[in-house]
Amino acid sequence: MSDKSEQQRLSVFKTYKLYVGGKFPRSESGRVYEVSDSKGKWLANAPLSSRKDARDAVVAARKAFGAWSGATAYNRGQILYRVAEMLEGRRSQFVHEVADAEGLSKSKANELVEATIDRWVWYAGWTDKIAQVVGGGNPVAGPYFNLSSPEPTGVVTVLAPQESSFLGLVSVIAPVIATGNTAIVIASERSPLPALSLGEVLATSDLPGGVVNVLSGRTAEIAAPLASHQDVNAIDLAGADDVLAKELEIAAADNLKRVLRPQPVDDWRAVPGIERMTAFLETKTVWHPTGSLGASGSSY
Amino acid sequence: MPTNAPTAAPPLPDVASSDTTLRHFLHGLPGVDTVGLEARAAALGTRSIKTTAKAYAIDLAISMVDLTTLEGADTPGKVRALGAKAVHPDPTDPATPSTAAVCVYPDMVASAKEAVAGSSVKVASVATAFPAGRAALPVKLADVRDAVAAGADEIDMVIDRGAFLAGKYLKVYDEITAVKEACGTSARLKVIFETGELSTYDNIRRASWLGMLAGADFIKTSTGKVAVNATPANTLLMLEAVRDFRARTGVQVGVKPAGGIRTTKDAIKFLVLVNETVGEDWLDNHWFRFGASSLLNDLLMQRQKLATGRYSGPDYVTVD
Repeated sequence: MSDKSEQQRLSVFKTYKLYVGGKFPRSESGRVYEVSDSKGKWLANAPLSSRKDARDAVVAARKAFGAWSGATAYNRGQILYRVAEMLEGRRSQFVHEVADAEGLSKSKANELVEATIDRWVWYAGWTDKIAQVVGGGNPVAGPYFNLSSPEPTGVVTVLAPQESSFLGLVSVIAPVIATGNTAIVIASERSPLPALSLGEVLATSDLPGGVVNVLSGRTAEIAAPLASHQDVNAIDLAGADDVLAKELEIAAADNLKRVLRPQPVDDWRAVPGIERMTAFLETKTVWHPTGSLGASGSSY
Repeated sequence: MPTNAPTAAPPLPDVASSDTTLRHFLHGLPGVDTVGLEARAAALGTRSIKTTAKAYAIDLAISMVDLTTLEGADTPGKVRALGAKAVHPDPTDPATPSTAAVCVYPDMVASAKEAVAGSSVKVASVATAFPAGRAALPVKLADVRDAVAAGADEIDMVIDRGAFLAGKYLKVYDEITAVKEACGTSARLKVIFETGELSTYDNIRRASWLGMLAGADFIKTSTGKVAVNATPANTLLMLEAVRDFRARTGVQVGVKPAGGIRTTKDAIKFLVLVNETVGEDWLDNHWFRFGASSLLNDLLMQRQKLATGRYSGPDYVTVD
């Protein structure tokens, strides 16, 4: 073809899709909504998920839970580190998307993306250490060896923070899956594109399909059926405002879901601590008989 | 409605008097339009069934389930648990209908009978060297008599696919009539064709007519033990066969798709097929059944969702 046609190359727009069960479906409802940057310029159309998409995501997350929670902590750590590796390779794309979404300069956005990659690495390191911090042997007054170990809660719904579209997002997903839970993530309503692109990274990082499921759309619409869903074990309300958080907490009480209330976060770049991991862990304690104690104390 | 129904309704001549007349009749049945059949089945599967219609469909589907356990590892305890579940599928809601039957191997009939005693739930037993059907006729008949003697209300027999595919239609016919006789008056006979092994839709149509001519009370798609089990298309074809058979002879025959139906959505699709093909006369567990095991849990979860507005989960139904 001529030079002219090369100059006038047609734009190739990206169709942003959901990430559910390791696949990239459109919303079952067929709906999309317009996503614009901080100045109101149109960026892309994102899927507007329905409650059926939410239900499908729960099925996928439940299916993935057995294998993911049963994988060794070491293996989970390797996979999370792999996510960081994959992100590193697609840095420029995420810098671009974060800059658009949050109205930041390229260098500011670059800093955020770097911090996000470091966050994955940080949580990757925690997978095989958390049990040593929050579990261990307990001294008991009886002839028992008593051992506590943390176990993942199950399927966790995560409402991603509305403002921090990428660093905030990863800071709430990574602690949930690092400990062996599976997650249904509702992306930031106004800026879902980094979350939807993260799905593409997760799909190529050896993370089994269904461990993380990303939905975009109206947060309140998707969160309501998930909060009352009997097969969801916990919900992280990071991205809910006060009114929505209250409603969801009431709905979640029906099956005694574990609820993490929204916490004010000044700077997502600060070292997060382990609270987000321990929020979705259960403690299993085993009493193992050791035989009767001799007159002199322990029999071993 | 695509119909290949014979136009007139002359009484059937004695088609089974010899292998030749039987073959002549079965091969004289109109050929199946494969594309049309599948398109029709797919189109009916797109119906949207919501709210009160859905609640009705779910209850109807529950009442049509033949709750099945056909494993080598079946124990009397497992059969008792299954029987209890068939009688009260959802113990938290007494309004939930019972299933139609439990379906077990012949040696488990007595345990099953005990477990469902005093309820409307029937006991169905597979027989005739299920699932392959590769045994001599006396052995098959002994299998049937055992099950009937143990109290089975329904017998699910498999046809000899080898004989059918070799064109020995009269052999298959004679086997079915012999089994029917062994069932006596107390047990209804379901004839399993194993449609996944019959290769073509034409064969499924022929097998359906063959089974009905031989006196089947029910025709059933599959054993659930092969790769392809009940599909909307082969069930639609069998529904057309029972419709045409009743038009021709006045005898109503039931249909039972079995195997591979796992979700409420699938089950409702089958009910739509029934309603649109043979009508309300068959929308009853005397004439239509689902052979399934995991389907019941999904139906119960959907039922709970409709009742409470909350999506239910596998923690709220039994693990079988």
